[in-house]
Amino acid sequence: MTGRLKVLAAMSGGVDSAVAAARVVDAGHDVTGVHLALSAAPATLRHGARGCCTLEDANDARRAADVLEIPFYVWDLAERFRADVIDDFVNEYAAGRTPNPCLRCNEKIKFSAVLDRALALGFDAVVTGHHARLVDGRLMRSVDDGKDQSYVLAVLTPRQLSRAMFPLGDSTKVQVRAEAAARGLQVADKPDSHDICFIADGDTRGFLARRLGAQDGAIVDAVSGDVVGSHGGSFGFTVGQRRGLHLDRPAPGGEPRYVLSIQPVTNTVVVGPGELLDADEISADAPVWTSGVTPTGDVGCLVQVRAHGTATPSTITVSGDSVVARLRAPQRGVAAGQALVMYDGDVVLGSATISAARRADVPA
Amino acid sequence: MLPEAVTAVSAALGELGNPSSLHGSGRRARRRVEESRERLAEALGARPSEVIFTAGGTEADNLAVKGVFWARRGADPRRRRVIASSVEHHAVLDAVEWLVDHEGADVTWLPVDRFGQVSPAALRAAIAESPDSVALVSVMWANNEVGTVQPVAELAAVAHEYGVPLHTDAVQAVGALPVDFAASGVDALTMTGHKLGGAYGSGALLLRREADCVPLLHGGGQERDVRSGTLDVPGAVGLAVATSLAVQRQAELALRVAALRDALIEGVQMAVSDVVANGHPVERLPGIAHLSFPGCEGDSLLMLLDARGVECSTGSACSAGVAQPSHVLIAMGAPATLARSSLRFSLGHTSTRADIDAVLDVIAPAVERARRAGLTTVVS
Repeated sequence: MTGRLKVLAAMSGGVDSAVAAARVVDAGHDVTGVHLALSAAPATLRHGARGCCTLEDANDARRAADVLEIPFYVWDLAERFRADVIDDFVNEYAAGRTPNPCLRCNEKIKFSAVLDRALALGFDAVVTGHHARLVDGRLMRSVDDGKDQSYVLAVLTPRQLSRAMFPLGDSTKVQVRAEAAARGLQVADKPDSHDICFIADGDTRGFLARRLGAQDGAIVDAVSGDVVGSHGGSFGFTVGQRRGLHLDRPAPGGEPRYVLSIQPVTNTVVVGPGELLDADEISADAPVWTSGVTPTGDVGCLVQVRAHGTATPSTITVSGDSVVARLRAPQRGVAAGQALVMYDGDVVLGSATISAARRADVPA
Repeated sequence: MLPEAVTAVSAALGELGNPSSLHGSGRRARRRVEESRERLAEALGARPSEVIFTAGGTEADNLAVKGVFWARRGADPRRRRVIASSVEHHAVLDAVEWLVDHEGADVTWLPVDRFGQVSPAALRAAIAESPDSVALVSVMWANNEVGTVQPVAELAAVAHEYGVPLHTDAVQAVGALPVDFAASGVDALTMTGHKLGGAYGSGALLLRREADCVPLLHGGGQERDVRSGTLDVPGAVGLAVATSLAVQRQAELALRVAALRDALIEGVQMAVSDVVANGHPVERLPGIAHLSFPGCEGDSLLMLLDARGVECSTGSACSAGVAQPSHVLIAMGAPATLARSSLRFSLGHTSTRADIDAVLDVIAPAVERARRAGLTTVVS
């Protein structure tokens, strides 16, 4: 893509997407702003860092578009967001996995429903305020380690990446805020959004219980095999979780216990000592390669297993539709459903969905 | 705004005086207001004492719906049911919903036919269910989205058989259709300035002298003690000038605008064979063409047309934050997907044949492109 492009700027109402749109305007492209309405019943005002797509956010996005002097529209994606992100989130938890809804939103909404519609309407590209770099079509980490969002973008295919623009990847968040202030954008000091946007009160377990209904079950100790507590639904737990277990009996040595696995069929939560959470061999399915080329043989790379985790040196082997990663140092709390993202330095090689994790020297 | 209204408002802005004061400048201000009241009343077939100035149509609708409800229930506690059409503007819909949520009101939503019209028989049936329980009826004069005109006089006659007052939101009708408050028989009528060339933020509720209404705003007791607050003299002056001119010019304007609308609809039908024209084929406003383009997302089409200088809207402008499928089309029995495939073109005193040609030049390729983008946001 060269020359003056028709670019659709996805504008959430936050500072990042406003500055991203501004940079693409400055680069001489023909930019149109769109706010994605993802909730069918938006709240009026934003409270703190949670919630999303309030009317206040839509107005902030509209006001930023005014300042940039670009056309602005609201697209109602609420129905698709519910089906592709929220229902998926609930179903994944119900199946004992730990989904990443931001990743799913990028995969299914921003770079699928929105991108496809934009292309059909005559746009060449979609720009977002994600903190990541695109260099020669390859996805890379942001220069701001703390804000890097390459993990939740690694699921994008080469075709999707070829139509994406991430103009913030060379800047830190501090620089982005300063630039927003210099440009006269009122959102310059708006708080960052955190957590899951569609769970406004931050109570994921309560949200899941409302959607799935309470289902009483047992918490079982992996070492002794004893029932050590009860719960209102295995969907409320995440592998590696320590808090909120409310166990009736302490471990004999008094050491903390963690969720080791979730067995949705029997509605059982298995807990045990932290060392049983260590895994150095991870299986993952349905890989997507940002280069479009599937690696062959054993490949040395870095792998990251959660959005804000550390990258661990590993060797991956791809066979068919699955990937096995052997980690040089064990990682604690690897949850099925999260993404296994593979990096060569700062370059994203690809992503796959974790199906299982184990200690290589311990029989499964 | 009409230039005559701009001149009148500007002149009034330069004059000092609170119309409630007794000194000279107050008297002069009061005179401006009362002359405007008389002028507005004359234009709309009301008596001057029936004009209550408000800050626009939304306030007038809220005052009528809530104020008449409270007054009627105050007189007889059994009266707590509101009967309203299912195609009302949100200023009525949401006021009624508020009464249900906070004041223990019941509501009967009147169905409409596929053209968006309420039948007098349906109103009769709704009242007859339990006549003593009805606080008021509210049915708009003409619909803001599809333009369908309601048989307001017949509906008022039915309501009066049971001794029930009827309010009508005539925001779209004044200046577009002949509107005579007394002849229509309605008890309360909402109108606003900006739709007919007056200033934003000035409107009126015409309220029959016999109709009781509890105020929303308490204070100095202005406007029959129904609407307190220092009177907006320039607003009242501009409203009266604009309304009287709009009423004088109504018949000629309606003929001209209806011809443009017909040319628009016929031209679009030639360009896009499966377009659906919504609303009543005869009893409709002259200046609205509401069209559905199957297979297109209204939002997509709006964006493509806007980029080519054609301004139109999806749904009503108030909901332009987050688009919802139009409750009006849904009430008319349209499927939700068709409701989302709709655009409203509004024509007025500034519209020209060149505007119509500009739409017809771009509509076919825009529809084709929007169709390719499809209904991507709808989950099949």
